[in-house]
Amino acid sequence: MSILLTMIPIAFVYASPIIIAALGGLFSERSGIVNIALEGIMMVGGFAAAAVTVVLEPLTPAAGYIGILAGVAAGMVFSLIHAFASVNLKADQVISGTALNILAGGLTVYLCQVFFNQQRTKAFRVGLVKLSVPGLSDIPVIGPLFFKDVSPPFYAAILLVVLAWFVVYKTPFGLRLRACGEHPQAAASMGIKVAKMRYAGVVISGALAGLAGAAMVLTQDIQYTLASVHGTGFIALGCLIFGKWNPFGVLGAGLFFGFAQASSIYAKDIPFLQAVPLEVFYMLPYVLTAIALVVFSGKSVGPKAAGEIYDTGKR
Amino acid sequence: MAKKGSALVIPLVSITLGFALGAVVLLATGRNPAAMFLALFQGFSGVNVSAGSFNPRYIGEFIIQSMPIILTGLSVGFAFRVGLFNIGAEGQFLAGSMGAIAAALWVKAPPGIHVVLVLLAAMAAGGLWGAIPGYLKARFNVHEVVMTIMMNYVALNLNNLLIVDVFGSADRIKTAMFPASALLRDPALSALTNGSRLNWGFVPVLLAVVAFWFVIDKTAFGYSLRAVGFNKDAAEYAGMKVNRNIVLSMIIAGAFAGLAGAVLTVGTFNYGRALPAMEGYGMDGIAVALVGGNAAIGIFLSGLLFGMLKAAQPLMQSQGIPKDIASIIQASIVLFVAMKHGIDFLIRKIGARKRAEEVSEALI
Repeated sequence: MSILLTMIPIAFVYASPIIIAALGGLFSERSGIVNIALEGIMMVGGFAAAAVTVVLEPLTPAAGYIGILAGVAAGMVFSLIHAFASVNLKADQVISGTALNILAGGLTVYLCQVFFNQQRTKAFRVGLVKLSVPGLSDIPVIGPLFFKDVSPPFYAAILLVVLAWFVVYKTPFGLRLRACGEHPQAAASMGIKVAKMRYAGVVISGALAGLAGAAMVLTQDIQYTLASVHGTGFIALGCLIFGKWNPFGVLGAGLFFGFAQASSIYAKDIPFLQAVPLEVFYMLPYVLTAIALVVFSGKSVGPKAAGEIYDTGKR
Repeated sequence: MAKKGSALVIPLVSITLGFALGAVVLLATGRNPAAMFLALFQGFSGVNVSAGSFNPRYIGEFIIQSMPIILTGLSVGFAFRVGLFNIGAEGQFLAGSMGAIAAALWVKAPPGIHVVLVLLAAMAAGGLWGAIPGYLKARFNVHEVVMTIMMNYVALNLNNLLIVDVFGSADRIKTAMFPASALLRDPALSALTNGSRLNWGFVPVLLAVVAFWFVIDKTAFGYSLRAVGFNKDAAEYAGMKVNRNIVLSMIIAGAFAGLAGAVLTVGTFNYGRALPAMEGYGMDGIAVALVGGNAAIGIFLSGLLFGMLKAAQPLMQSQGIPKDIASIIQASIVLFVAMKHGIDFLIRKIGARKRAEEVSEALI
């Protein structure tokens, strides 16, 4: 039981970037643009956050938060390439996303070499300081779990899930966004600017994936390296599918994947998990997503027009 | 529809733009692009222009860098011809590598036969890894892109698990050395290129290129594969077995990528390796296939191009040019190929202006 209690905060740390990036994927795919570049955008966000934090740490205690903002901004700018290629130039969205993933690895390490003369950023000292909510953290059991030494991105993830749900399902913007992802021609016939909505979807996904990458590097790492994001963007993609393109589904799937990763750290202390090789835990999110893909196949759960090139003449 | 000529124009324009962008990035960050181009030249020719020297070792290294990515390029390209996007070449490559390790360590056979068994085991393992998403696509219409992405990471972790727990590893990184009978290596080839890692891997690579061309362009089976790629419904209506073709094409694509795993594992190296992260041979294959227009000869040539880029990386780094400029150039080339509608538009616009000028000149 005590292991479980110490595991929960760790699981939250792992789950937060997955959830935030998956919400990014949600906005993009709901607008009709498949975004497999989440991984690459996270790398760019993580690099920008780490670089800015390293530079500003001697100057201000808020360096980590300015780093986060830099990550968000970098993610937005980087995702613009995907939006331009997919919306304006009608590029294949999967190929464009793949190109961005390759580009992210090259660009970030290149810039590390230019700015820091090494293959990685310099190490930052604290990154993001953990938060404790005064008063609430004294509550037994719940206090230490949710309010003591919590990594700030976890609160951000919860907040963003609720916000994403509200925006996607309760606002005119969300309705238009979903319409563009389901049937862009019908949306256009009602006067919705499909290109504009898709730009919005992709750039929001850039902001969120950038935030996710920044949060990941600043809470789980001491610097940005090529391996800092190590496939989390693809886990986020799986999380989006597992969560059936719904913010609360994403939350549930993300927490589950977070626990899967945390259990790999604690496996050696848990009797019935001791014999399981670590790699099995690492594999788990991908295997589960693959199974979910098969189970969901045939049912229309995802946005119908996602990935399709928008052809105004098509009915 | 694009004209026939654009099959060559789009890749050439994309390559030019990619290198131009790379040069701009170098200039913007205070590096000398000329040094990069000299490194690229030395990377494939062995000629050091500034020192006036020649070292054939670079040629050998250039060839071994090109070999696996030509094969993963064939893998991605083959699936593309049937209308499937095989992002899973990376995982099939790893599966092939696992098959090669198993056959190299566990099979006892005389020299000459052993290495062939290793290659066949790798192709079988890669083919199996490709068959899974192929079957799921045909049977349940599971999207192959997301499926193969997930399978890539399963393969990565499975590889590391097998290295430590099944094949056995003293340092948890490498397996025991393979017996000489399992290797593609040959001291004569190495000596020929001044001690490079050049090996007989180029033979299966060339055979694979020819096999790709023959199957796709010269057989009825290849015709029905292409028909499925052009229009699934029309092919079905014409009596072609669409689902069977999807599964078979993914098996063949997987076998190409699996062979790449073997060429690296028993050619470049002589032991199995646990990997901290993907090495990107499958991703390189996507670039190779796209630039090569998914045709055998195109894939061969673009594999050499990207092999040159990879081979020149250490040279660039030694001259103060961050080697990652190669990834930036590669990614931009892919991006430009993906933007082909935009490039087409640009070319037509230039063409229209030229025609207008000609007309006005003729009038004068």
